Amino acid sequence: MADIPAAGTVPEMRRDEELTTADGRPLRVALRRSQRQLRRRAFYLVAPLLVFLLVTFGWPIANMIAGSVYNPEVAHFLPLTSSAISDWDGEDVPGEDVFAAMAMDMESGLANRTIGRAAGRINREIPGARSLVMGTARDLEDMQPPYREAFLAEDERWGDLEFWRLIKRETRIVTPAYYLLALDFEYNSRGEIVERPEIYQVYRQLFWRTAWMSLTITALCVLLGYPVAHLLATLPLKTSNVLMILVLLPFWTSLLVRTSAWIVLLQQQGVINDLLVWANIIDASGRIRMIYNQTGTIIAMTHILLPFMILPLYSVMKTIPPSYMRAARSLGATQFTAFTKVYMPLTIPGVAAGVLLVFILAIGYYITPALVGGESGIFISNLIAQNMQGTSAQLKLASALATILLVGVLFFYWLFNKLIGVDRLKFG
Amino acid sequence: MKRKTLLLAAAAVLPAAAAVAQEGSLTIVSWGGAYSMSQQKAYHEPYTDKTGTRILTQDESANALAGIRSQVDAGNVTWDVVDMLQADAQRACDEGLIMQIPHDEWLAEAPDGTPPSDDFIEGTLGECFIPQILYATMFAYNEEAFPDGGPQTVADIWDLEAFPGTRSLQKIPQKNLEWALIADGVPGDEVYDVLATQEGQDRAFAKLDEIKDNVIWWSEGAQPPQMLADKEAVIATAYNGRIFNAQVSEDQPFQIMWDGQMFEVDGWVVPVEKSDEQLELIKDYLYFATDTQRLADQAKYIPYAPARQSSVPMVSTHEETGVEMQPHMPTTEKNFQNAVQFNTDFWADYGDLLEERFNAWLAQ
Amino acid sequence: MALPAYAGTGERVWYYSYRVICALIFLFLIVPIIVIVPLSFNARPYFTFTQGMLALDPSAYSLRWYDALFSSREWMNSIRNSFFIATSSALISTALGTLAALGLSRPQMPARAFITAILISPMIVPLIITAAALFSFYARLNLANTFFSIIMAHVVLGTPFVVITVTASLSGFDQQLIRAAQSLGANQVTTFFKVILPLLLPGVIAGGLFAFITSLDEVVVVLFLAGPEQTPMTVRMFSGLREEISPTILALASILVAISILLLTSMEFLRRRNERQRGISQT
Repeated sequence: MADIPAAGTVPEMRRDEELTTADGRPLRVALRRSQRQLRRRAFYLVAPLLVFLLVTFGWPIANMIAGSVYNPEVAHFLPLTSSAISDWDGEDVPGEDVFAAMAMDMESGLANRTIGRAAGRINREIPGARSLVMGTARDLEDMQPPYREAFLAEDERWGDLEFWRLIKRETRIVTPAYYLLALDFEYNSRGEIVERPEIYQVYRQLFWRTAWMSLTITALCVLLGYPVAHLLATLPLKTSNVLMILVLLPFWTSLLVRTSAWIVLLQQQGVINDLLVWANIIDASGRIRMIYNQTGTIIAMTHILLPFMILPLYSVMKTIPPSYMRAARSLGATQFTAFTKVYMPLTIPGVAAGVLLVFILAIGYYITPALVGGESGIFISNLIAQNMQGTSAQLKLASALATILLVGVLFFYWLFNKLIGVDRLKFG
Repeated sequence: MKRKTLLLAAAAVLPAAAAVAQEGSLTIVSWGGAYSMSQQKAYHEPYTDKTGTRILTQDESANALAGIRSQVDAGNVTWDVVDMLQADAQRACDEGLIMQIPHDEWLAEAPDGTPPSDDFIEGTLGECFIPQILYATMFAYNEEAFPDGGPQTVADIWDLEAFPGTRSLQKIPQKNLEWALIADGVPGDEVYDVLATQEGQDRAFAKLDEIKDNVIWWSEGAQPPQMLADKEAVIATAYNGRIFNAQVSEDQPFQIMWDGQMFEVDGWVVPVEKSDEQLELIKDYLYFATDTQRLADQAKYIPYAPARQSSVPMVSTHEETGVEMQPHMPTTEKNFQNAVQFNTDFWADYGDLLEERFNAWLAQ
Repeated sequence: MALPAYAGTGERVWYYSYRVICALIFLFLIVPIIVIVPLSFNARPYFTFTQGMLALDPSAYSLRWYDALFSSREWMNSIRNSFFIATSSALISTALGTLAALGLSRPQMPARAFITAILISPMIVPLIITAAALFSFYARLNLANTFFSIIMAHVVLGTPFVVITVTASLSGFDQQLIRAAQSLGANQVTTFFKVILPLLLPGVIAGGLFAFITSLDEVVVVLFLAGPEQTPMTVRMFSGLREEISPTILALASILVAISILLLTSMEFLRRRNERQRGISQT
């Protein structure tokens, strides 16, 4: 953008010599008006896409985020219980008023088929509560007041304080419960936030794994991308244009094609294992497992994302005049010193752009880990996808996980904008 | 070309609307593939021949729960009859997304007059669910891997010394935890009581730990026969229909181990919010498509067992190969003895929790 | 970067080993893509080079997997679906994206950085999140499983590439040219078609090609949005890969590699043309 002349900027002028246009209006006002008009015109060009994106992209995502905290089940489908329980102190099994309200809620919930949604919500945190509520609701017509005794006679779990405390807590329409789950926390029976038992902890681990595997992939991309970008930037243009094709072809080739190529190469009956067996390095029964684990994901994703590192590095290195290095050498620096003290600092913007871009793209990956990751090489996206196909509670958990991932991605995107500027992004 | 694709697009955008507007048509959702084909031959074609009602099919059962939920939320339900697993039907029923079904009122009696609620195999009927078929998930092995005879019991599967080699299990907690407990000595009919306790869950996971290093996991039904054929695994859990195909159509040396196999039921559900008129049409179709003869007919095309007892004796030979189907039916006396009924109610209660624990266990 | 005459032995060793390392990295980049092409001509259903293939025995090669691909109605339908979706969404993306890029390149554009960041964001947001959000959005409108929803989703995913590419080709665009044209008596319409568009066209076509290939390769969103009528080839490929990689998939993959080469060549051609026209070619 920098080389566009700052057209139309109003020059400073002194008030007392105010100029006017032909029709007598002050020039400042006229200029400002035309300026405004130009701004509006520029905006009108962008508006169709902006509106389109807000409606078909921004709005659906906002909706998904709203879904992750929306918690209407108890309040809407057990309305009487919700209001009756608000006065309960949480210390002893609630009184008849709460049980009677529950019985009436069950009756209407059975009639309009909503009781299951309330039961499902409670079950998310107290497994087994679903069949308790549903079973009692079905037997309701044979029961007589007082309901407190009748319920407790039906099933002793109705005397469980944890159950009632959960109901009281989840009468709120907006809940952080799914975010707690998404970070391996939960409420204990007293309503305090505690870590979940270790055997259920999985999401935080997956977030960490996603992060460190993405970092590893990014680091590998720097390691492999830097020398190649440097070579491309310093070779004569004719040669580098030809070699550039080797970078651009993978960039233009479908992700699925590249993933299948790696399956063909790395699987146990694949090309590399065959080669090793043929060369007598390993024997036929000792074929190496290089895929369906973390190694598989890291190799395939490094390959897929490498061009995203090379291209920004190359475009920065291209702007560094070779005379800088020559100058450093002529002043007595060794090749090594000249490279590390003069050249490398100049490439930092390119490295930053590549690193952020590769990292941002990597942490959201789904397809490649799903195909070559096995169990140990999957990312958080894979668990989001898995939860999306389940119960409505799992769907909300998926939305919460997705929102956390999104916040992470947006943070790095913001950083990218701040450090590099998104308008500096270029392909090819 | 351009024009044609444009027309194609218009046709694709509109079918939902067209389906509703057209008098006498039903939109039926199923799994696709060989299974949909068997329904096409056994149910849809004879029904259209008889009544002239047009049947539009969609292969969306894999996303049925999410699909019905969003249609009901939007108040715009275009699916008339949906093929679903009993466990998913239970969830949809709980959420009030599908209709409750008075089986005796809607469905045909058996030829001898037995009411439907007695004719369907016990435990298969659901509040909102009309069963069609039973299928089994069980262990199968490659004979070539065990020249001295393969595993005979679920406990044998855990015996890595007598039966060495890689096992392939489905990447879900369902069924694997049950088998772990059975291998650990829990009788089949007590499995779910044990699994409902913290100790039982610990015990099941501890048992799975014993073979974890020798397990590779599958996620698509087509994988286990392939893995057995490639000798990537010597024992695998699989759907009985898939193993049948490999045995009969591809001559693979596979054996099914009929011990501790778990039954699941697949059947029809009807989403809520149907107009009276459309509901009549749906009821008419279901009356026809779930009667004794139709269910027996389906077994000609696919080796899954009809859910009606009265259909079982009527099962004959495989349409394509002429193979006698009875010995391959999971409900045949000889195969049925040590079967365990998959408990959908249990999994509706504990599914979320145990899936998380399973994922955590896998990620270790 | 030729080796200077004054280089010492150590430097010489480093210079050559550096070249070798780079060569290895280039191999890493290109070999996986190249290796599947001969394997797709394997006469036997394996994913490795048979003795016959290595001996260049013609009978070890065959077109059977291509034949299987082209004679399969499902595969052909899905390929047709993919191209229909990619063409439609690329056209819409190009129109919307070019307009936006024209606006963004005007010096008077308000809040440029912020709006650019929004317009580029579909490229940055993880696809699984986009897929989850769009699935429930279109399902609510009862538009899931329609070409309409898939094309709209792909327009969203394709426009960032158009915006980036066209904006890049506009940077360095000399605004004086417009004033020059107008001072010589051209009106706005003439200026646009005679001056702006010819200079812009290579960038627009390149952006369109990017949007096209983005849609053609996209898997995650269609996995959720496409019904059986719309199944594109990527979804079929994905489920094929999940079950068991088949040689037919390699045949399709090889065809896709050929398409990539074709697109890459046209891009390169456009880039050079653009540089020549703008007189910034550096040869």
